[in-house]
Amino acid sequence: MSKVLMKGNEAIGEAAIRAGCLNYFAYPITPQSEVAEYLSHRMPEVNGVFLQGESEVAVGYMIFGAAACGARVMTTSSSPGISLMSEALSYIACAQCPAVFVNIMRGGPGLGGILPSQGDYFQATKGGGHGDYRLLVLAPASVQEAVEMVMMAFPLAEKYRNPVMIMGDGLIGQMMEPVFFPDNLKTEQLNTDSWATSGMKTRGSNTRNLVKSLYLDPIQLNNHNLHLKAKYDRMKAEEIRFEPYNIESGYQVLIVSYGTMSRVCRTAIDNLKAEGLEVGMIRPQTLFPFPEAAIRDAASKESCQIVISIEMSMGQMVEDVERSVRGRKPVEWYGKCGGEVPTPEEIMEVVHSFVKSARKEQN
Amino acid sequence: MQSEVMFAGFGGQGILLSAKILAHAAMEQGYEVVWIPSYGPEMRGGTAYCMVVISDRPIGSPIIRNPAHLVAMNRPSLEKFAPVVKPQGVILINSSLISVGSGRSDVDEFIIPVNDMAIALGSVKSANIVALSAFVARSHMVDIHVLRECVKEEFSKKPKLLPLNMSAVDEGLKAAESKN
Repeated sequence: MSKVLMKGNEAIGEAAIRAGCLNYFAYPITPQSEVAEYLSHRMPEVNGVFLQGESEVAVGYMIFGAAACGARVMTTSSSPGISLMSEALSYIACAQCPAVFVNIMRGGPGLGGILPSQGDYFQATKGGGHGDYRLLVLAPASVQEAVEMVMMAFPLAEKYRNPVMIMGDGLIGQMMEPVFFPDNLKTEQLNTDSWATSGMKTRGSNTRNLVKSLYLDPIQLNNHNLHLKAKYDRMKAEEIRFEPYNIESGYQVLIVSYGTMSRVCRTAIDNLKAEGLEVGMIRPQTLFPFPEAAIRDAASKESCQIVISIEMSMGQMVEDVERSVRGRKPVEWYGKCGGEVPTPEEIMEVVHSFVKSARKEQN
Repeated sequence: MQSEVMFAGFGGQGILLSAKILAHAAMEQGYEVVWIPSYGPEMRGGTAYCMVVISDRPIGSPIIRNPAHLVAMNRPSLEKFAPVVKPQGVILINSSLISVGSGRSDVDEFIIPVNDMAIALGSVKSANIVALSAFVARSHMVDIHVLRECVKEEFSKKPKLLPLNMSAVDEGLKAAESKN
């Protein structure tokens, strides 16, 4: 199939349609608005629904409603908008409805700025909303990967009956790259008759389905939480995805980085290799579940002296990296936020200075 | 081999479009491509710039500190980006709007009155395509014939503008050939 040149945001919209999603509700916010713009004319062409809500709070619950009825449904937003949807995310996770949320991250906190950032790592992987719930979080590093992850997100959401979040940043949304839309990623929706409130008549059933997130009985609620936890544990067993880079070398430094930041690191690693310094990288493609074992194994390699988490945030993923490495090697952090994307040259300097200080400590 | 060009000017000059057409041509030639716009709370008349990166292998960093080439459509763009262009790169200067040089002796400075050439063709709106064609003919970043097809494809959606922009391609090419 031939490639087309597309903006990340538009490609995300097209991928949703190719994945069989005919319901899209959203509210405009930079740097994500082109998804809504694109789908506002594409959805009617395929007899789908494009609906602009009155706010992100409303959109969150529209998603809940459609998901509860068993519809494939997606929304896209950017950081402050995702905050507003976080209450609904907690409800949707508790009520076990599948839905896809895309966050094209911008700088925060607060209204922040509109340039690329990765400051919502905690929000996506540790909560955002209240209670013991998890999102399955996918982090693309290119427009092509964003397309593939959108197409994968729907079956994953349906497999676990849980919201899936795709974490891009402003650059993934705004840049154009050649993409193709793989047919093999289009999936049939799982049967929803056993749980969706799709109407007894529609299903030809005598049993009422109930979608709810209220459990006043403490034993019931504890049991429900145990059931949810079992799902999240199953995600940890079955859904971890990551990409190693230059990991077969005798690397002295291991970088952990995701999304756009990992691409900058890749260039830095190539340049450092040319200078004679070997650096390996693990790029998490799922932020939850996190590739703990892969990072621990890579850090345990004898040649590896130091692990650096490089993020466009003030040090969020580094906590998961530390947890993964379990003290076997020193773990450091480097990052910038607010829309400042570190350059490859900057990453090279950072790696050199960490290597120098690691040597000093050894002596 | 990787190569990059920064297109820069003010909003309304067609910076993003000419960069997109270049990216399209590179894709048609089988290159890996990234098109990265500046985006922000911009307004008409404000600054607009856009980087195109092409490579024969997967592109790592989309953030480029030192592009190989620069197409400067107005003076602030030239002043901002001329110092960071790599040595031996092409710096195209739109002398219709820029009365100064790049101040660099280690680059291929290519000075042409892009706006005046476009006006002579019938509309200043085609200045971006004149610049694009002249730049490509000078830098050989992509094949000029492939570029011509991509310009044709882009404007086939707006047939009224097609003849103007096709002659803009010819005009840019001519300027590059006569300035050797």
